[in-house]
Amino acid sequence: MVQLSCSDIQLNFGGVRALSGVSFEVRQGEIFAIIGPNGAGKSSMLNCISGLYHPQLGKVLFEGNDVTNLPPYERTKRGMARSFQNIALFRGMSVIDNLMIGRHLHQSAGLLTGGLYYGPAQAEEIKHREYVEEIIEFLEIQSIRKTIVGTLAYGFQKRVELARALALEPKLLLLDEPMAGMNHEETEDMVRFILETNESRGITIIMIEHDMGVVMDISNTVCVLDFGKKIAGGTPDEVQRDPHVIKAYLGEEDLEEP
Amino acid sequence: MQIDLEKTTFPKLLKQNAERYGEKKSALRRKGLGIWRPFSWRQYYENVRDLALGLHSLGFKSGDKLAIIGNNRPESLFAEIAAQAAGGIALSLYHDATHHEVADAIRRFNVSFVIAEDQEQVDKLLEQKENLTDLRHVIFIEKRGMRNYHDDILTSFAKTEEIGRGVHGESPGLFDKLVDAGKGDDTAIICMTSGTTGEPKGAILTFKNLINMSLALNEADPKTENDEFVSLLPLAWFGEQLMSVASPLVVGYTVNFPEKPDTAMADMREIGPQIMLSPPKVWESIAATVRVRMMDSTRFKKFMFNTLMPIGERYADAVLSGSPPTLTQKIGRFIAHILLFRALKDRLGLSRIRSALTGGASLGSDVFRFFHAIGVNLKQLYGQTEIAGVTCMHRDGGVNGATVGLPLPGTEIRIDESGEILSKSAGLFSGYYGDRGATNLALTADGWLRSGDTGYLDEKGHLTVIDRIGDVLTLADGSRFSAQLIENSLRFSPYISEALVHGGGHSKLVALIGINSRVVGKWAGDNKLSYMTFADLTAKPEVIDLIAGEVSRVNQALPEQARIVRFAIIYKELDADEGELTRTGKMRRDKVLTIYAELIDALHMERDRVRIDTGIEFPDGKIGHIQTTVTIRKV
Repeated sequence: MVQLSCSDIQLNFGGVRALSGVSFEVRQGEIFAIIGPNGAGKSSMLNCISGLYHPQLGKVLFEGNDVTNLPPYERTKRGMARSFQNIALFRGMSVIDNLMIGRHLHQSAGLLTGGLYYGPAQAEEIKHREYVEEIIEFLEIQSIRKTIVGTLAYGFQKRVELARALALEPKLLLLDEPMAGMNHEETEDMVRFILETNESRGITIIMIEHDMGVVMDISNTVCVLDFGKKIAGGTPDEVQRDPHVIKAYLGEEDLEEP
Repeated sequence: MQIDLEKTTFPKLLKQNAERYGEKKSALRRKGLGIWRPFSWRQYYENVRDLALGLHSLGFKSGDKLAIIGNNRPESLFAEIAAQAAGGIALSLYHDATHHEVADAIRRFNVSFVIAEDQEQVDKLLEQKENLTDLRHVIFIEKRGMRNYHDDILTSFAKTEEIGRGVHGESPGLFDKLVDAGKGDDTAIICMTSGTTGEPKGAILTFKNLINMSLALNEADPKTENDEFVSLLPLAWFGEQLMSVASPLVVGYTVNFPEKPDTAMADMREIGPQIMLSPPKVWESIAATVRVRMMDSTRFKKFMFNTLMPIGERYADAVLSGSPPTLTQKIGRFIAHILLFRALKDRLGLSRIRSALTGGASLGSDVFRFFHAIGVNLKQLYGQTEIAGVTCMHRDGGVNGATVGLPLPGTEIRIDESGEILSKSAGLFSGYYGDRGATNLALTADGWLRSGDTGYLDEKGHLTVIDRIGDVLTLADGSRFSAQLIENSLRFSPYISEALVHGGGHSKLVALIGINSRVVGKWAGDNKLSYMTFADLTAKPEVIDLIAGEVSRVNQALPEQARIVRFAIIYKELDADEGELTRTGKMRRDKVLTIYAELIDALHMERDRVRIDTGIEFPDGKIGHIQTTVTIRKV
């Protein structure tokens, strides 16, 4: 079942064309990777899906509904969550508080009951805290749950960002370079978490990643962008063999060996 | 409670406790999802019952062995006692054991059932399933990551308990029948010896051995049913078996399991245990942490620490030398307690500690002094796994760094002609599993246990342990000296984590030193010293100077003949996976002496430097390469 489809997306910044005629479909429950050289338009594509940018042409359909012109928070309500390439957390707050904010969408207590922490508000807070604790256990960040985010090592912050996105209870998770800047061990952990998220929670994942080893290992479908155009798409095997992809990554085949 | 040693077993004790305390008292607690979750004695009992019946219906029979591998958690205890209730024998393995070690233990002890904590542990077993012919069932606790595992050998813990619940519904009397068949002389556990000398062996211990030991220890150092204990160390270590399994069943105190190994210290602070038994490594690291943090602290805090610590130390010196502290010392200590020690102990999770014990190896007198200074009444235990752990311990008023205290009630200690310490008690094991030869070597003809240590009893009956028989140094003037004593003093330095002092028939003493990478690394950073790898750090002249300073400080307190003349820093960190340390972090001297023979030779031959070019095999089979030059420094 197709969960998300993008058709003929075109995005311009003034005279610069960041994306032109990009189309693809993401099926429910798969891991979908967007790859491409620097400046290929990967993050722009992700921003079009999450609603940070609105393409001039083309449509984004999420579960059959046109969301092209909806603002990000409307899309979040419909079940999209994302993490950012440059970590976007509340640096002065603890891990728990960052995650509890992720639950905000699902909370209904009003100013008065919430402010007084009374009756149903209390029960609701406990319920959400439990949900957050499950994510903490899932991502193995128990030892830092009360630590201020700004003081954490980079690898941990990345993990907390994933946690915050999961706290939204999304159906579709958008990850912008989840492994960037991580060492080998941290990358292995992250891969494990992404796979677990996908398999046990059944969350569809769209990710941008530069680590080709990881992309080819874990994704079901790969979409390759170059200069704002989709140059290939398919299973990792198909994409690896595609002459256009080889050209985009390694240059012309007939070039002299250096 | 009256305990009949001939009849009592762990499952029987558990049943009695479940009847006595029911739902009213927590037997176990585990932190999960951020909250401490209790298990009452009744729940403890019911879990054991269901699991035992589940194992029984999977074909676990009397005499079968069940191995448990993973971090400590309530399920580890359920598994152990369930195996015993079903008439079998439990065996705990270190959670960080390599797959070779696991396979080796399973083969040697004919293990047919394994309870594995998670996917990681299951992988170790499945990888070499073909070679493990005795292995019939692997029961995993955590379902996570196990979705795509379909091996017939696998069953989940929850499923096994569910089967057991069904069996209990059909034949309610079965469990009682199984439990009633047990008696005191049945084998309860096979416990691995530490393996500081030679390969680890499996000591066979009966319920009688273990229960007797818990009773004797409780008589010497009373505990109450309202005490709290935090299970921090692997259950494969005998001390943890004694404190987490046997003693709580006898005394009724509560055992707490931390959420994760890396939250253990924070979780311990939340519990504030009254009881703690750890090997010297843990106490040394707590003391080192305090001093390292002080280096980093504000000037005011440093001033307070440097002013008040000597007051505590003077008090400790009085206590440790056996003379009652003077009134001035008492008042001084009280003020220091209010201003500093109270807060410090709270930070360490030791604010309520009453029974603080160290065992498994000797603890340096500097560490003793540190803990007594801040008001932790730390006591040394001495003994061997082969005699259910403990033979001697310090009593109040007789604590001092030199002796290991008085024998426990019911324990006899004797020194033979060669100076070896021999012991005998109701805790004495029935032998090593499948190793008659080793058993015969460990016991004398008249049934005393040989400790392998040399020592003497003083006129008050306190035992002093000098060292392992093979490690006693003969100095130039013919006198004998303990290498351990010097090594312990060296290790008290926050910069030094391992030390091996060697005489080797030569009159001059030399030392191999392992630096503490965290502390020395930080020191290097503070002093704007750049380095690439650990080997590079150990070769920096500044670091060698730093260690030389520490060595001369230790030398000053030693007699002229027992001073270290030359040392070298080991170019890699010692690792249990490479057999250099035991799983509890003790150095295996034989291994280290073999691996670093080149360095030892160079030290004795008074060379200036040694070129090292060596391969190391990592646990995953990859070969690493170390090329470095080790400088030998004269002190």
